[in-house]
Amino acid sequence: MINKSAVEMAEALSKGEITSVELTKAHLKQIGEVDEQVHAFLHVDTQGALEQASQVDAKRSAGEKMPALAGVPLALKDVLVQKGIPTTCGSKMLEGWRPPYDSTIVRKLKENGIVILGKTNMDEFAMGSSTENSAYGPTKNPWDLTRIPGGSGGGSSASLASFQAPLAIGTDTGGSIRQPAAVTGTVGVKPTYGGVSRYGLVAFSSSLDQAGPCARTVLDAAYLHEAIAGHDPLDSTSINAPVPAVVAAAKDGNVKGMKIGVIKELQGDGYQAGVLKLFNESLEILASLGAEIVEVSCKYFDYALAAYYLIAPSECSSNLARFDAMRYGIRSGQGSAEEVMNSTRQIGFGREVKRRIILGTYALSSGYYDAYYGSAQKVRTLISRDFESAFKLADVLVSPTAPTTAFKIGEKSNDPIAMYLNDIATIPTNLAGIGGMSLPSGLAAEDGLPAGFQIMAPAMKDDLMYKVGAALEVELNTKWQGPILNSAPKLGAK
Amino acid sequence: MALKYEEVIAKYEPSLGLEVHVELGTASKMFCGCNTVFGAAANTQTCPVCLGLPGALPVVNGKAIEYTIAIGLALNCSIAPYSRFARKNYFYPDMPKNFQTSQYDEPICTNGYLDITIDTDEGSKDFRIEIERVHMEEDTGKSLHMGGATGRIHGADYSLLDYNRAGIPLVEIVTKIVNGCGKYAPEVAKAYVSELRDVLRGLGVSDVKMEQGSLRCDANVSLRPIGSEKLGTRSETKNVNSLKSVERAIRSEMIRHAELLNSNQRVIQETRHFHEDTGLTTSGRSKEQAEDYRYFPEPDLVPIAPSKELIAKIASNLPEKPSVRRKKLQEAWQVPDKEMAAMINAEVLDLVEATVKLGADPTRARSWWLGEIARIANEKAVAAADLAISAADVAEVITLIVKGELTDKLARQVVEALINGEGSVAKIIETRGIKVVSDDSSLMAAIERAIAAAPDVAEKVRGGNIPASGALIGAVMKESKGQADAAKVRDLLLKHLGQG
Repeated sequence: MINKSAVEMAEALSKGEITSVELTKAHLKQIGEVDEQVHAFLHVDTQGALEQASQVDAKRSAGEKMPALAGVPLALKDVLVQKGIPTTCGSKMLEGWRPPYDSTIVRKLKENGIVILGKTNMDEFAMGSSTENSAYGPTKNPWDLTRIPGGSGGGSSASLASFQAPLAIGTDTGGSIRQPAAVTGTVGVKPTYGGVSRYGLVAFSSSLDQAGPCARTVLDAAYLHEAIAGHDPLDSTSINAPVPAVVAAAKDGNVKGMKIGVIKELQGDGYQAGVLKLFNESLEILASLGAEIVEVSCKYFDYALAAYYLIAPSECSSNLARFDAMRYGIRSGQGSAEEVMNSTRQIGFGREVKRRIILGTYALSSGYYDAYYGSAQKVRTLISRDFESAFKLADVLVSPTAPTTAFKIGEKSNDPIAMYLNDIATIPTNLAGIGGMSLPSGLAAEDGLPAGFQIMAPAMKDDLMYKVGAALEVELNTKWQGPILNSAPKLGAK
Repeated sequence: MALKYEEVIAKYEPSLGLEVHVELGTASKMFCGCNTVFGAAANTQTCPVCLGLPGALPVVNGKAIEYTIAIGLALNCSIAPYSRFARKNYFYPDMPKNFQTSQYDEPICTNGYLDITIDTDEGSKDFRIEIERVHMEEDTGKSLHMGGATGRIHGADYSLLDYNRAGIPLVEIVTKIVNGCGKYAPEVAKAYVSELRDVLRGLGVSDVKMEQGSLRCDANVSLRPIGSEKLGTRSETKNVNSLKSVERAIRSEMIRHAELLNSNQRVIQETRHFHEDTGLTTSGRSKEQAEDYRYFPEPDLVPIAPSKELIAKIASNLPEKPSVRRKKLQEAWQVPDKEMAAMINAEVLDLVEATVKLGADPTRARSWWLGEIARIANEKAVAAADLAISAADVAEVITLIVKGELTDKLARQVVEALINGEGSVAKIIETRGIKVVSDDSSLMAAIERAIAAAPDVAEKVRGGNIPASGALIGAVMKESKGQADAAKVRDLLLKHLGQG
């Protein structure tokens, strides 16, 4: 059962073929067997998950009408707070902290009867592209345990790819849902900014952060998307409009007559040949389904990475100021408050987090603000305009999700720029606040590892990504004679 | 030997800048739903948002925005159709997020003014105080530094943090530089804060209690030689907790600056702390090196864009200006200028008005609040409004006097008892056994006893020596233990002795 899709599991539950407790136990068993190797989870809430599952079972047997995903288990990225459950954000700083409140996402998951198995590993405070920046050790890619599972949400993507959970929640500031999906052969969606509440999402960069669904199929992601999306009065930046009908779009999957724009700037130099080949094959499939492929140019994308690495660190330097040992988290040092703050921040934060705090503090300093933060905001506007022009020519835009397949653990840890370049194709959507999806495009010829196909849609037209993604997925699954994860190596007890 | 104020103003021209922080009287905080009641047990009015817990997000209190717009309109400001919050970044333990959500380069109200009048030996003088901006921000928590001698953070053994105040909506009202006050600078500053307080109280947006910190004034002062164009270095005095202190602090700073300048020393740009007991200021934080707060637009909040309709609605509901109201009251009560100024100075105008509204005679109401009650308030060094006596109490006492059920002397006892917290007027009269002996027959009996005891005096009165009646009246009053109405005793006595 654990190899099935979430929708199939939900069907089995509603037909009474399996109980949520049984399903949850099966996943807990898989976690027990494989997570020692993968290290996807930072905390497994066995008791809480089973209690939640038995409540769902009780309601179902009492004849209550159940939400679509009721009883299906899920892995939660450790950047989202859950009442009473340790939340570390992959940082030593928050070791032992148990939040006194639920994030809006967690509240919605619970309302939907979705069983939360535990918290997944991540780059510290979501800063990274490999999950190597976790204070609790890296997560391994289930396709090759010597490789990275992407980041920052590598724990969530790896848990899906190793069948420890059929659904997961990720957060995406510059690609942290989509790039991990790409390198693990799974599906990840960053909804339109404001589509899913950020209340209870520990902020890295407030104007870029967006939580979204991670799954093994487009339809699974759509169901999870509808479960967590919608207006939240607790988040001022949450959009007060109906949630796009993504489930209907994923079920429809008809691209006939749609215009699909290929972004010229997101291919070529720096992209692995096998990744580009798979991307082009996917384009051919979409064309064969009746879509029209057009090329568009977004010339300011060349500045996206630079703008992102000013805006995100600037916001993070302010967002992470609250970790000062006064109210929660670890405390180190003696003497004055200032000395304690200093000492705690010294040992509590890892290198990458410190690098970004320093960068952002500098970029916001008086005398530098206009040159750095101010200019970056202007670039952001120009990138949004690039997208607006492109969407006049195409309904959705596409690119490879990441330039390469999964690299080796340790390969790029001492070269931040090489690491940052991994997000070159995903960052523009965050800057513009629009939605992006990654789904598997196949295994690259060079290394036999998964690559991702990215679909981007205009703001609040997230349904279009699901429509295109679902259409492509059907054809690819036929080509591969089943889901791509069937080709992944089997993990098991040693 | 301290310089005399007259010597300061003979040589220097002062410039002022006043920053007033007002805690808005909203039921909930600026960015969350927590209560704002003053004086609750520490850290009981907090939540993930105002504690700055990881993941929590702010949501703007709509009422606070309406209040701020009302303040802006009352101060003749332009209301920005689009303004934003910004983050002011600095580390301090009582600031939960280590940034304060405030407004920076896009405040909600700009360019207003407030007209004030001061009473001087040369007659009343008018000044227009120009307002630079009115903006919103959140208050910080409170640090209580324990141990050590000073209550300051330096030398303390440890500090206690109370976040109840964190996130209380604050409005900051900043004047442009106020020039041309000359020797009246301290009075002008006091009158400005007083007038501003009346405006805010009239709007009902804050309880404006300086001693509780819901209205706080930072006074910037600088001096330059008369005739010089260039502004001198300023100091910023904090901890100014009463109207009187505003005046005292500015006067004290002017003298301090002048002494430094006279001895060719430099005025240091810094914050100063005012001390009520000595009337002097001491050095606080240096502002010589501008602090870099790394302001940037608050990404967790959307811009504030009040509709024209909302602004118009708030404008149409503004109460009349305090100056207009005062003029109306003065005419209705027919009070001379001096008396009016005295009521404003003693901060009893609202109380008198409330008492009159309850049916009391304006002259009687005024004389009680300005006389006996103001005297007690002064003794206790508190505001009359903070005494345990209300306008309703005073109105009731006045009614009893008019009815003849209390004499002025007895009424003073009742008022004293009210202020001591002995209960309601009726209860005090009952438990203290206060009653006017107004029954004519018992009074007559007492009068006859007095006459019998001093027949020679009675004879003098009969013979037309009216002043001699004083001794008889005194005897009756003594017998009644002061409870008889002296005027009535006099009437009855004179009539009885054929002089009525």
